[in-house]
Amino acid sequence: MNAYRMNTFEWLESQAIYVIREVAAQFERPVMLFSGGKDSIVMSYLARKAFHPGKIPFPLMHIDTGHNFQETLDYRDSWMEQLGATLIVRTVQDSIDRGRVKEETGPNASRNALQTVTLLDAVKEFQFDAALGGGRRDEEKARAKERFFSLRDRFGQWDPKNQRPELWHVFNGMKRPGEHFRVFPISNWTELDVWQYIEQEDIPMPSLYFSHEREIVRRDEVILARSPCIALQEGERWETARVRFRTIGDATCTGATESGASNVADIIAEIAATRVTERGARADDRRSEAAMEDRKKEGYF
Amino acid sequence: MAPHKAKERELLRFTTAGSVDDGKSTLIGRMLYDSKQIFQDQMEALERASRLRGEETVDLALLTDGLRAEREQRITIDVAYRYFATPKRKFIIADTPGHEQYTRNMVTGASTADLAVILVDARKGILPQSRRHGIIASLLAIPHVVVAINKMDLVDYSEERYRELVDEYAAFAEKLNIHDLVFVPISALKGDNVVEAGGRMPWFEGRPLLPFLEDITITGSRNLVDFRLPVQYVLRPHQDFRGFAGRIASGSIKVGEQVTVLPSLFHSRVRELYVGARRAEEAFAHQSVMLTLEDEIDVSRGDMIVRSHNLPVIDQEFDAYVCWMDETTPMQEAGDYLLQHTTRTCKAHVNEILYQMDVNTLHREKATQLALNEIGRVRFTTSQPLFFDPYDRNRETGGFILIDPATFRTVAAGMIRYTTKETLRELRREQGEAQIQRVAATNVTWDESLVTHAEREQQNRHRALCIWLTGLSGSGKSTIARCVERALFDEDRRVFRLDGDNVRHGLCADLGFSREDRMTNIRRIGHAARLLYDSGHMVICSFIAPYEEDRAFVRALFPEEAFMEIYVKCDIEECKRRDPKGLYAKAERGEIKGFTGVDDPYEEPTRPELVIDTTGLDVQETVDRVLRFVRETL
Repeated sequence: MNAYRMNTFEWLESQAIYVIREVAAQFERPVMLFSGGKDSIVMSYLARKAFHPGKIPFPLMHIDTGHNFQETLDYRDSWMEQLGATLIVRTVQDSIDRGRVKEETGPNASRNALQTVTLLDAVKEFQFDAALGGGRRDEEKARAKERFFSLRDRFGQWDPKNQRPELWHVFNGMKRPGEHFRVFPISNWTELDVWQYIEQEDIPMPSLYFSHEREIVRRDEVILARSPCIALQEGERWETARVRFRTIGDATCTGATESGASNVADIIAEIAATRVTERGARADDRRSEAAMEDRKKEGYF
Repeated sequence: MAPHKAKERELLRFTTAGSVDDGKSTLIGRMLYDSKQIFQDQMEALERASRLRGEETVDLALLTDGLRAEREQRITIDVAYRYFATPKRKFIIADTPGHEQYTRNMVTGASTADLAVILVDARKGILPQSRRHGIIASLLAIPHVVVAINKMDLVDYSEERYRELVDEYAAFAEKLNIHDLVFVPISALKGDNVVEAGGRMPWFEGRPLLPFLEDITITGSRNLVDFRLPVQYVLRPHQDFRGFAGRIASGSIKVGEQVTVLPSLFHSRVRELYVGARRAEEAFAHQSVMLTLEDEIDVSRGDMIVRSHNLPVIDQEFDAYVCWMDETTPMQEAGDYLLQHTTRTCKAHVNEILYQMDVNTLHREKATQLALNEIGRVRFTTSQPLFFDPYDRNRETGGFILIDPATFRTVAAGMIRYTTKETLRELRREQGEAQIQRVAATNVTWDESLVTHAEREQQNRHRALCIWLTGLSGSGKSTIARCVERALFDEDRRVFRLDGDNVRHGLCADLGFSREDRMTNIRRIGHAARLLYDSGHMVICSFIAPYEEDRAFVRALFPEEAFMEIYVKCDIEECKRRDPKGLYAKAERGEIKGFTGVDDPYEEPTRPELVIDTTGLDVQETVDRVLRFVRETL
């Protein structure tokens, strides 16, 4: 019987594939959110496995803040081609133009919170009833209690007190009109698991994850990359450093780390030794102790 | 943590249970901290938060408390999942609160755990909640339980106190269904016996908690015997390809093996097997697979693919332990719910709440509803057959959830206890005697009737009697009964015959052939026979009555000398050959389910008054032997 063993990755992969297939089976109009980050890359890779030799039976959607690094967008388009998947893009800029949201101002202005409105509008537009996301429970305290199938009310909000208990592998995807689900197939993966899986499966990654020279500014212990959407504050200056990104998101709030890690194996070694969680480098979580929880309640992914 | 090693690492999922005061959060914090899983920024946040609260030392418990409401109340109110890895293993902790009102969360956390860590405060001893955790671990069939006796530093690391608590808990746990129970004395606060032994309890010969968790061989949380693939999704990339995708709930399967699809009962063979996107020759429990079959068979989501010679129970009636999880409305007897089991969803009706169980004491009491956090034993009927195994044999195919049809909230977790057969057998043991006593009490009243039983027998010039013929369908019971009735009537006896098919036209027309219905059928017939007996008749009953318990129940209704069990024995193959009503043929084609001798057992009588083997005898010969025996008795 010892032959019938699964290692951690086989187990995690099997669970994620199960959850993705469950979404395809239980929902009429699912969508998979794609940010260009490693978690959504791994998730979409797993989706392709889940339906092999067929195609992924639902579209992928990118909510573009307009503050993305060009590398992210290039990678996105070539990855979609490799997956043979359909991509929908909705932009925050469009939401701003239509007066749905108001751009934040000030030195720490970020479009991260605005994404929520664009996302919820897109959910309504396409009548999506389930949106798969790459959230992991190890990212942050508030996520530790997130369900695989997370119910959002008609306003897209998450009520931490009104989440359904999840038992065994039975996922209740029933919903009333207007409600939808966020589903997180890689809930049980840690950052290290994701990277080790990327290495094992040899999944191509965006260049931003690997060490490169870039102009940056240091702000509140966070390293921000130079981009048109970052304005220098008093006493700050651009400098050049060897950095890489641990997460890829909005350029205004995704911090870089100084690193010489130039391939996946280096990254794994670096994470195994590191003493700062990946979200520790995100400026938006630092706003208050319960920052993540507040954003989740509003419908943030 | 060398990557090559990491790839071989297995996963251990465990649940922790204990209240805030037991130091559960501190223990988890300690494991994360000592195994160097706490990152610098988390540690700094922790120090900040502890200082704000005016505490001198870092409160490791803060690390695991998640939501703001909890931070305010300083209790964990939901299941939080934590992750850590050592070079040997990756761990997922389902951290659940211990308060009574959170039984729901403990059940949730326990449903996916291979192991449970139960915390006991060495000063306070074994509290009701320590027992509750054990009971829930047992109900959810967690194969391994570790009882960590915490706060040993506060009892001077006393071996005596430790032994006392171990003895007390072990005695209690004997009543539970826990396969592997281990104890360890720890101090989560000081770190003794958590990651390292520490030297303050040299009398303890076992291993510290974390090394123990790293090395324990997990058995029993997966069933590797019974192949069950609940079909989750059908892949049809093009006309000529139909793949059936799902996660193997239990067992294993190879390319080329014969399988049966439920509920259609069609057979085929596995043509191709994919684990993820990889072609494989064999796949096993908990792998997400996709398979294709040799034959073109209609299979859809909610069906189950199994190995042809190992079928699960297929039934619409069963009983289960149910943990009620909804705060707004309790479970009601006669209530209707949606039931989600593997990939199948159907309607479920609550026939009866057999009893409610006190999760602190195991005490059972009658209940007509179950409120939040209450656990009871409940009988259900579903709108479609379910394909299941008893939960303690197979957690994946024995567990289900109930959904409120109006709100779609998940309102309960269910663990199918046994097939109905076994359930009622057990319940009969508990309740049967009480029932028989009620019958006896009724007799007292009848004895006071103005006509006594003896007077009736005198008037009839023969004793009243119950002749019970049992045997397989086609063994010859009915034929014998008819002839015996005729012969006795011709001898001027008051005689009446009760026959299986006849009672099912009226008295028992509402009953089917489930174990439970069979039992009710026999109970009613037993009582009807008893009434006829009381009126002074000789009653001839011919029923398959396949279960010893049921026959014992009937026997207990009669005075010892007035009951005669005759086993009409016949070889099953001969019965099938005779097959007077064509039932065996139907059963073998799967058109009848639960047919005695085909897919339901016949328990041979252990002490019948008479055995007649009809295999080689002609009818008259057997009838004569029965008549001889009856006349001798009279």
